[in-house]
Amino acid sequence: MVRKNALIYFVLIVVLVVASGFSMGMGAVKIPFTDVMIVLAQKIGLFGNHIVPDQFRGVLDIVRIPRVLLGIIVGAALGISGTAIQGIFRNPLAEPGLIGISAGASLMAVIIIVLELSIFASLSNLLGYYLLAFGAFAGAGIAALLVYQISRSDGRSNVATMLLAGIAINALAGALTGLLTYVADDQQLRNITFWMLGSLAGATWETVMAVTPFIIIPVLLLPRMGKALNAFALGEVQASQLGLKVNVIKRNVVVLATMGVGASVAVSGIIGFIGLLVPHIIRLIMGVDNRHVLPASAIFGALMLTLADMVCRTIVAPIELPIGVITALLGTPVFLYILIKDKRKLVL
Amino acid sequence: MLVADQLTFQIGTKTLVQDISFKLSPGQLLVILGANGAGKSTLFHMLSGDKKPSNGKVTLNGKDLKTYTIQEIALMRAVVNQQNTMNMAFTAHEIVLMGRYPHSLKSSAVRDTEIAFKVMDLTGITYLSHRSYLSLSGGEQQRVQLSRVLAQIWDVENALLLMDEPVSNLDILYQQQTLAIAKKLAERGVMVLAILHDINLASQYADRIIMLKEGRKCYDGPPAHVLLSANIDDVFNIQADIFTNPITQKSFFIPKDITIDLD
Repeated sequence: MVRKNALIYFVLIVVLVVASGFSMGMGAVKIPFTDVMIVLAQKIGLFGNHIVPDQFRGVLDIVRIPRVLLGIIVGAALGISGTAIQGIFRNPLAEPGLIGISAGASLMAVIIIVLELSIFASLSNLLGYYLLAFGAFAGAGIAALLVYQISRSDGRSNVATMLLAGIAINALAGALTGLLTYVADDQQLRNITFWMLGSLAGATWETVMAVTPFIIIPVLLLPRMGKALNAFALGEVQASQLGLKVNVIKRNVVVLATMGVGASVAVSGIIGFIGLLVPHIIRLIMGVDNRHVLPASAIFGALMLTLADMVCRTIVAPIELPIGVITALLGTPVFLYILIKDKRKLVL
Repeated sequence: MLVADQLTFQIGTKTLVQDISFKLSPGQLLVILGANGAGKSTLFHMLSGDKKPSNGKVTLNGKDLKTYTIQEIALMRAVVNQQNTMNMAFTAHEIVLMGRYPHSLKSSAVRDTEIAFKVMDLTGITYLSHRSYLSLSGGEQQRVQLSRVLAQIWDVENALLLMDEPVSNLDILYQQQTLAIAKKLAERGVMVLAILHDINLASQYADRIIMLKEGRKCYDGPPAHVLLSANIDDVFNIQADIFTNPITQKSFFIPKDITIDLD
């Protein structure tokens, strides 16, 4: 079992590296895979003297590398946060987008976009991104707490109420966001649309730098909660009978997961269904033990988003599809499949 | 030793449990009987620490239950809950191993697995090891939960085992098996407290029975002293004929027909 899981991690990482390399080579300027790898190797100090055309180097450095990197960290955050949130809600259908966490984050982001320009000169500086990330984090946290409190009765979360509360919060956030679009100017309007559809097009080294700390923390800390989340699956009372401080765990996991989701939304808008799709597939491959599902979801989330981004940049080139469209197209059927397959088993 | 000292539980002006005291020693299997709404579950939750008594206190092995950390309690008491709901497809084996979580600092993975296999063998669920919990029947799920709970206190001395209707979904074989296991554990020094509905099961296995009525303790003693027709009529409001099993000398009850008038 241990060996099998080690092999799965290894394969996932290799596929992620190869997929990233291909993704960096694709676009208006085609760059051979080997050149991409040489430039990447030189960035970390290997193969000092291979020659790669300056044009390739420039495109990679300014456009492709930050974009693919952003996809990797955002995907990792969404994957692992999805798993963690499902663990806390004790339900495989809890997904940040569905239950309103992403909408809460994006609403806060939109509020900041519309209101902040009087405070900061522009959002393109690092401070502006940090402000956005914090705002989105707060919005995500508030939405998560709301849904959690509403859906809980007798110490367990009620799935039907959880999903309905998600609908309500999505609707509310949608309405408020809609309201803000009325007072927004053209540039703000474009920013807001970007947030609602989800896209990695805003990737620069600055955005990568801005979100990395917010995502590194949950990606490193959440896997340590694997055992606790396993016990949580038994029930909150049962987990506490096994000696777990249920409230502390809940708070830590929600803070870490919303930090990841909030930061992702701040730089790439709402990219739905990754948090649903990724844990589901990982559980099919590795079983449901959160000690493995959490780290594997981070890697697989990074891979999924890298692939989705590759598709949305190339499928109707030179036009670029919003990545949220691709993930929703892939994710909705899986969501429906889980619903149909488990409709008798899920405790509503 | 588990000591309930004048336990009272009130919600608003309603008193669900009033002034219940008793002591449970290692080696004893104590069964709580009572009609629906008699306060059995409320008493149970105060003993397990899930509910705080409005008055009185619970003492476990000489210390007030409140003064233990929940990790410390988890190391010496395990609870079979009446309700278990799960939506994640853990295997039976994984769930049983979760019973070992409180011991993870002192126990080894090898030892935990060994204990898991032992209890699964005992409860007869070895063949379910790799099945998803969600695919099991209600009775099978209950046996998996029982195994998890047994794994938790398997190597603990003076452990406390609390069981809230542990046989509600089980067929007759596993009802007998579950209580026979509880009885064996009691003989090994575990304190066992079980809420049951079946008077005959209680008579067959209990060392001692406490009967509750309207939140109060009315009868307390060995089955032969407590399980009398008059007491059963008092507590459950049902007439029953009492017989003695000629082999075990234990009493068993057959309720008299009750008349139902639909008009």
